[in-house]
Amino acid sequence: MEYSPDSTLELQNIKKKRVRQKLGLEDYLRRFLFVLIGISLFIFLIYPIYVSLVRSFENEMGEFVGLANYVNYFSSSTTSASLSHSMYISAMSMVITVVLAFIYAYGLSRITIPGKNILRGIAFLPIFMPSLVQALALIYIFGNNGIFTRLTGINIHIYGPTGIILSEVYYAFPHAFIIIVAALALADARLYEAAESLRTKGSRMFTTITLAGARYGLLSACFVVFTLAITDFGAPKVIGGNYDVLATDIYNQVIGQQNFEMGATISTLLLLPALIAFVLDRLVQRRQVAMISTGINPMEPKPHQPIVQWGVFSFMILMAIFIISIYVVVVIGAFTQYWPYDLSFTLRNFTFYVAGTQHRGGAFVVLWNSIQMAFWTALIGTSLIFFSAYLIDKTRRLNTTRSILYLLSITSLAIPGMVLGLAYIFTFNNPANPLNFLYGTMAILVISTIVHYYTVPFLTATTSIKQIDPEFEAISESMNTPFYRTFMRVIVPVSLPAIISVASYLFLNAMVTLSVVVFLFVPGNELASLSVMLLDDAGETAQAMAMSLLIIVVGLLSRGLFSLLTRGIERRSQAWTQR
Amino acid sequence: MQHSNASNNGSFLIVKQITKTFGDLVALNDVSLSVNEGEFVCLLGPSGCGKTTLLRIIAGLEQQNVGQIFQAGQDISRLPPRQRDFGIVFQSYALFPNLTAAENIAYGLENRKVSKDQIKSRVKELLELIGLPEVGEKYPAQLSGGQQQRIALARALAPSPGLLLLDEPLSALDARVRISLRIEIKHLQHRLGVTTVFVTHDQEEALVMADRIVVMDQGTIEQVGTAEQIYSTPASPFVANFVGMMNFIPAKTTDKPETVQIDSLKLLCDPPEDIGPNQPVTVAIRPEDVHITPDAGQTQNTLGVTVLEIEFLGSFYRLTCGLEDTRQDQLLIEVSSHLMEQLSIEVGNKMFVNLSPDNIRVYPGLSATNL
Repeated sequence: MEYSPDSTLELQNIKKKRVRQKLGLEDYLRRFLFVLIGISLFIFLIYPIYVSLVRSFENEMGEFVGLANYVNYFSSSTTSASLSHSMYISAMSMVITVVLAFIYAYGLSRITIPGKNILRGIAFLPIFMPSLVQALALIYIFGNNGIFTRLTGINIHIYGPTGIILSEVYYAFPHAFIIIVAALALADARLYEAAESLRTKGSRMFTTITLAGARYGLLSACFVVFTLAITDFGAPKVIGGNYDVLATDIYNQVIGQQNFEMGATISTLLLLPALIAFVLDRLVQRRQVAMISTGINPMEPKPHQPIVQWGVFSFMILMAIFIISIYVVVVIGAFTQYWPYDLSFTLRNFTFYVAGTQHRGGAFVVLWNSIQMAFWTALIGTSLIFFSAYLIDKTRRLNTTRSILYLLSITSLAIPGMVLGLAYIFTFNNPANPLNFLYGTMAILVISTIVHYYTVPFLTATTSIKQIDPEFEAISESMNTPFYRTFMRVIVPVSLPAIISVASYLFLNAMVTLSVVVFLFVPGNELASLSVMLLDDAGETAQAMAMSLLIIVVGLLSRGLFSLLTRGIERRSQAWTQR
Repeated sequence: MQHSNASNNGSFLIVKQITKTFGDLVALNDVSLSVNEGEFVCLLGPSGCGKTTLLRIIAGLEQQNVGQIFQAGQDISRLPPRQRDFGIVFQSYALFPNLTAAENIAYGLENRKVSKDQIKSRVKELLELIGLPEVGEKYPAQLSGGQQQRIALARALAPSPGLLLLDEPLSALDARVRISLRIEIKHLQHRLGVTTVFVTHDQEEALVMADRIVVMDQGTIEQVGTAEQIYSTPASPFVANFVGMMNFIPAKTTDKPETVQIDSLKLLCDPPEDIGPNQPVTVAIRPEDVHITPDAGQTQNTLGVTVLEIEFLGSFYRLTCGLEDTRQDQLLIEVSSHLMEQLSIEVGNKMFVNLSPDNIRVYPGLSATNL
């Protein structure tokens, strides 16, 4: 270990050497699979983004024009407004959501209040809605003819930034909530006991221990909310009115004006902040991981001063009412003739037939499309993601290849759905592309959805795989058991809860996604979330509500099914985990 | 298959000049070792000494930068783990949690064209061998740590490997289980005659179990020998200090080859011949080899000491004494309870100690005397 200076050269020589093991059949198989994963991620993620980027430097003739499109965009305040609008609504949504989610999470994890399970459940409700549905519901409440507006006579001018921010807060709330709850769970009760023994004041404990301990979680929540808000298309589309944001601007340029180059340009402008937020979030999360120590004494909730106790509790009740009222409005809207004038019961909304949704079968045909799409996304996505996460984590050596694949696998989180969708048009709607046959099929909807939602399941799978004893692979090798056998026989059964949660995540998101698929559908394979938008465009809001309700019901049912599955598996695997 | 000359000397496993680096860290520096067929060899050393890395290189789980490995006459240096012939047991047991004990043991047999009945009878045989015939249907989580580790051992032995590798298999267990299991593993190994390499940082474990001990430090082998050899004639101050306790006193050689000098004091002993006169050396003696007496009976190798501290350790006492004739050196002495009572030693007493020349070892240079 201690080398004299003259042997440094020798050490350098030795470091360069390595006795190379011969490759077995299995090593070739693993390398082949890595190449396959790499090529797929390249074709369906990196290359389309590259194509879109190039397009932003071209004119409609396909000639290189440098930054002309960007100069054009920034040349007047009317065209460049969407960027500042996006920044404004995202920043506002970020601050409001994180503050609300923090109070809510704090109340649940630290204060003794009644009804915790219900309050926790309610916090998750917004994830079952496509992001445009709460915007529709908000219009039903606060719009010019909204119920609140009519009852109180107060018009809060919901069309525009107010409505968008309110929608984004609703949409992003559960995401921020999950992150902050996890961050608060990291606090060690012994810290508080030590502080108490030093007679620290409650407010000082809150700032020096609670906030300080959760700071990375809070930052991470900020980035996540910012990204969700800036990349969201559904809510601004429905409630934004004339207030253009980047996502709607891309849509208008591409669909409205067929100006693909400007679409690509704005799409790049949307990619940049998302990319920055993504990189910052990775940095923050690395710090957060460094803070996690094993053997935390979890902090039990305890009573606070009455004013804090009641303040937080009543806030949580208000928040819960807000979340539920959106649901209530959707249900009422779906079953009534004409909100808010004629609230008599009807089923007519479920048998719609309007332009844009060519099917006579009504809502259920479109819904069935969505369910099929979500099913394939969950099935194929889960298998691919889990298997590739396993290969990337549990292969000895090939470190460079593995880190490149890991990086590619988490990159998709940085790509906004609109950007990916547009990039797919550029790439796959090109007759010269050998994969052109995918365009306009269900397959491309499934592929784009898997790619768009790739990162979170990949990280979930990786985390779960990392918890498995790293020596299982060594044991299998010593017995000359092929890795796929150990994968099927041990890794998959042990990881089933994580696999199900990945499948559930993919299914649910495939049901509600709009931004990825808005450019990719062709008549005949409309999806439910898309038809909500089309129906709203056509002024058929009651039918849009009916469609929304169906999406929500399918989402809730799927979640119920998945948790039944999990429970069944846990019961079966009790023998392995308990004495 | 490559046959080498090295295989001709009868060794089953030969490690030849292995060097392994992790970045700038040299984990193993030119390490060579040979293990006889049926031998039980312990790699002993502090954490970070390279013992586990060596084991993993023997298994093929790590790749050496330089060097060769031969097993049963075959050069296995470049073979991937699957093509080598070994069974391995880890500290974490690494039992598959969703498979029963019997299924775990059968795991390595199932892909080897062995009939179901044969597998069944082999599993039964192994369960009996490890003394757990009843637990076949239980899942690992339903077994105690000691039972799990025995199942892991049975799983490693099931395909009858030529080489058994054990990576600190007892370190995660309770002290009592550890002590009973080490005897059991030793007996099992003896019965099966499987060549075994065992990694541990616990010197007692190594002394009790090994046919031969390989003491490692900082990526090199310090000494190879039987337990007795390692304990009674440690090759270096490191070995002396790592295996058992040792007093170290800085000294100097004199003109006479059989005498060293500690300050004003002359000590008869047997320094290595290659050290010239007036060279700094370190004198070492085990605490139990220091004989304490109330008066200076003999003058040869007898030193005056003051008792500074007394620790009671059950069957014996450990005294910390100051040497009177030197400025600051201290001596640890182990005294039986019986003798302690007889001499009624108390803190502050002035006593004499006798250091027999046979028990004194002399190492060149000045070594750190931290005990």
